[in-house]
Amino acid sequence: MDPSVIGQKLVFGLFVGSNYGVVAVGLTLIFGVMRVLNVAHGELVMLGGYASYIAFNALGVDPYLSVVLSAISLFLLGLLLNTVLFQYVERLDEEQRIKNSLLISFGLALVLQNLALFAFSADDRSVRAAYAGGAFVIAGIVFPYTRVLTFVVGTAVVGALYLFLQRTYFGMALRATAQDWEAAAGVGINVRRTYLLTFGIGSALAGIAGSLVLVTFSISPTIGLAWTLKALVVIVLAGMGSVYGAFLAGLLLGVVENLSTIWVGAEYQQMVGLLLFLAVLLLRPRGLFSR
Amino acid sequence: MTIALRLGLLAALLAVLALVPQVLTGRADILNLLFLILLYVTLGESWNIVGGFAGQVNLGHAAFFGIGALTARQLWLAAHWPFPIAFLAGGVAATLFALLVGVPTFRLRGAYFSIGTLGLAEALRIAVSNIFPNINALPADITATYDIAQHYYLALLLAVAVVAVAYVSLNARIGLGWLAVREDEEAARATGVNLTYHKLMALVVSSFFAGLCGATFALHQASFYAEFAFEPAWTFDAVLIAFIGGVGTVVGPVIGAVFYILVRELLAVNVSQFHPIIFGVLFILIVLLLPGGLIDVWSRLRRATRKV
Repeated sequence: MDPSVIGQKLVFGLFVGSNYGVVAVGLTLIFGVMRVLNVAHGELVMLGGYASYIAFNALGVDPYLSVVLSAISLFLLGLLLNTVLFQYVERLDEEQRIKNSLLISFGLALVLQNLALFAFSADDRSVRAAYAGGAFVIAGIVFPYTRVLTFVVGTAVVGALYLFLQRTYFGMALRATAQDWEAAAGVGINVRRTYLLTFGIGSALAGIAGSLVLVTFSISPTIGLAWTLKALVVIVLAGMGSVYGAFLAGLLLGVVENLSTIWVGAEYQQMVGLLLFLAVLLLRPRGLFSR
Repeated sequence: MTIALRLGLLAALLAVLALVPQVLTGRADILNLLFLILLYVTLGESWNIVGGFAGQVNLGHAAFFGIGALTARQLWLAAHWPFPIAFLAGGVAATLFALLVGVPTFRLRGAYFSIGTLGLAEALRIAVSNIFPNINALPADITATYDIAQHYYLALLLAVAVVAVAYVSLNARIGLGWLAVREDEEAARATGVNLTYHKLMALVVSSFFAGLCGATFALHQASFYAEFAFEPAWTFDAVLIAFIGGVGTVVGPVIGAVFYILVRELLAVNVSQFHPIIFGVLFILIVLLLPGGLIDVWSRLRRATRKV
């Protein structure tokens, strides 16, 4: 095997993986803090993609700039969803919370997917920015501009989240709530508000991921489940609730999937990830990146 | 209601259902609708055994349905086995798969089990779509003798069987074990309930009927891609039916299936694809406000009227 082919697959794996990472980080943040398992996360990604698609077609906004737009709109949608749906599982104990949020979000996924079918039709959508065909080459490895930009934006977003969680007061409140919400409430943290904003931020991350998916892949109303699964695979690899681990695991999954095409057909790429997921789930349920 | 009256009503209902094809000879459309309802009774009730009784939210139900459909169809059409044997083989194949995957997946608890089974079913769906990429249509000699009444009787038999098995096992020792596992695993273990055995038995019974349900679908459906029987929609439909009717009760999925198919077919005539939104909203409302499902509305009403 030509080393440049392997290098190419490695690089493309990292690019795709950064996308997986951003999708998964939002889901795992919500799960880690709230113990809410939102299986409609993929539908939020889908809606974020449409927000960018509309901004591109109606206003001519560059898809990488419209991440701001889809982040804001999905943040607001997240606040709404938490207020009308997910806050009602807060009073349950942990196990019931996970189970009920899973069921509620399963219904929500059905609703959002079919509303999107009405609003946007079943057609596949993607956007082509003016620079979309371009690429640069280093050592025989092709770096398409859009992929590089996706990687940069994805990494920057997760980096910003890191600073936010580590350096701001609210970030600390959020981490405290994740560790022990009762103790957090005891020292004066408003747990309710923390949950609300966490769900908003997690949804905003899904929105950003959607914009990136729109450029590097394509979107349609039915992509939700596939992205939810992808995110679940990644967060199980990372260990559920591990936020930065999820980004790393996303990169890892992207690389493994891409390298696997050396041995198996590309149509089995998805399966490689799922089998890896099942293996980790059974052999090391804590995940690869948790202590 | 006394027990004699209940049994009498049940016998009358079954007699009516058995006579339907004789009476409605010219109405294949109604027979088809009833067939669908019965098929979905089996789908929902089989999920209910593992998801409702034993409390294991299995999101990979479509895998068992799909294996049943694929096995029966292949043995029947490609290997030319007589249909009844291919039909049973579909159920057996699904059960074997349940035994194979049950032990490892039941090491996972709660939500981990749910997402594990979802991932497993999707992996299987992708594999099947790659191995069997072509559409599978009934050959001309079989479509020439296509008899909806036969399909109806098979679906009726299967629906009655799964409801009877659900009823009997729920009132037997094993059913009490399932409920104990569902309510509190630690307490169940402490009182000597073998968790893995009970979960596995629930999955085995559930998957056997899910497989037979898929085999019935394989008999009925004129043409389909093998992948279609593995679509997550089969899981979702089963979960919706169980919850809407009343999860964890014997009658719940029956009511859920009748309601689900009637509303779906009614809406499909008028506004296509509108029903998933309604069912999605209804499902959320039931999980949040009425965990007992539609069947609970009935008992709540009765309690309310009794007070008056």
